[in-house]
Amino acid sequence: MIVIGASFGASRTLPLVLGPLTPGFPDAIAVVVHRHRESDQRLVELLQVHCALPVSEAVDKEAFQPGRIYLAPADYHLLVESRHFELSTDEPFNFARPSIDVCFESVAHACGAAAIGVLLTGANADGAVGLAKIKVAGGTIVVQEPTDAECPVMPAAALALVRADYIRSARAIPALLVRLAAEAAQSGPG
Amino acid sequence: MRDADLGGLFQAVFDRYGWDFRSYAHASLRRRVERHLHREKLPGLAELRAAVLADPAAMERLFAAITVHVSEMFRDPDFYRAFRERVVPVLSTYPYLRFWVAGASTGEEVYSLAILLHETELYARSRIYATDINDTVLQQAKSGIFPLGSMKDYVRNYQAAGGLHSFGEYYSADSEFAVFRPFLRQNVVFASHNLAGDASFNEFHVIFCRNVMIYFDRTLQNRVHELFFNSLLTLGYLGLGRSESIRFSPHEDDYEAVARGQRLFRKLR
Repeated sequence: MIVIGASFGASRTLPLVLGPLTPGFPDAIAVVVHRHRESDQRLVELLQVHCALPVSEAVDKEAFQPGRIYLAPADYHLLVESRHFELSTDEPFNFARPSIDVCFESVAHACGAAAIGVLLTGANADGAVGLAKIKVAGGTIVVQEPTDAECPVMPAAALALVRADYIRSARAIPALLVRLAAEAAQSGPG
Repeated sequence: MRDADLGGLFQAVFDRYGWDFRSYAHASLRRRVERHLHREKLPGLAELRAAVLADPAAMERLFAAITVHVSEMFRDPDFYRAFRERVVPVLSTYPYLRFWVAGASTGEEVYSLAILLHETELYARSRIYATDINDTVLQQAKSGIFPLGSMKDYVRNYQAAGGLHSFGEYYSADSEFAVFRPFLRQNVVFASHNLAGDASFNEFHVIFCRNVMIYFDRTLQNRVHELFFNSLLTLGYLGLGRSESIRFSPHEDDYEAVARGQRLFRKLR
């Protein structure tokens, strides 16, 4: 499972990261973006315009499939179990729902070494603690190069807390994900 | 926290107290228990298990940590708008109406429904059954007292949902709390009911169960779908949360969608 967190600047950055991925991509991708609850379906549509992989909002208990992109629905936490998503309306965590930390933490638990966490542009510190949990669980963590980020606060906060396995510009991340996902697929599901 | 230990805790809780959380959704449950450990300053599951088995008061606190769900009035305004536009005209042909808000928690959904029925002149012939597994939150719901700070969001939701009046007409406020007007609970029956074990208790024209089943695993969800199917009159309506689906439920084919993009379904047979 690849899990991507992004906040301020996400709508311009996510197409750079997800757009180049092509059908047959061997892992499922969950994306958590802070957004206004009224933004509704528009982010799905915007991403789909740029992506060859199918994009949809995760539905409660939906089994995830490789080669698909799942977006956390507005106003819900997205949690990952071994084969499916769970949603929750528990309180916002650090003012965010969906919270990147909450999602990353569940991925760390459910996927262990097969978890790949990616943290992109953003104006707060969400995701840093979650990345650390993925790291502790044996997963791989990727952080957008802060100078490359539309807003460097979020990736910088993560780098201050945890040593990333890879620090890359948004444009360099897709090729990296292709390699990491292929490696993860070879070592079998975690 | 190992899954097996979490399962062990809830098996022990079931054996000792009869509360069945074994079919609650794992990731959410784990998160709730972790928060609870933190709040109770307990080092781990073994200690929590020991405390809960030794002390019913500790069980009550764990029960609260697991069963309190957060909601808001007119959450997903589009849902209420669709209900007002598509369902209310049909309901107005019935002489008497029974609603069930299952998993009513602190009552936000109940008051939203009462207000909507009031504005569409259905309230006088309606009875709303508001149930929850947790009596404490039901008492809170019954009191009609909500934090004043939440009203700003609720006003916006209410307006977006197609509300006809000024939202402020429905409560009186002091510096901290909004107290909702008593007529909004005059036709409401607050009652304890456990979706994980209790049977159907009436036949309803409408059932709302929004963002409650997300905390259940598939098996328990299917059980609850069975319960709702058996509790709805033919051509009755089922309202779910925005990211909940009836796909793969045993009664998927027994409902039709009422409004595109809304989790509002009508029982066909």
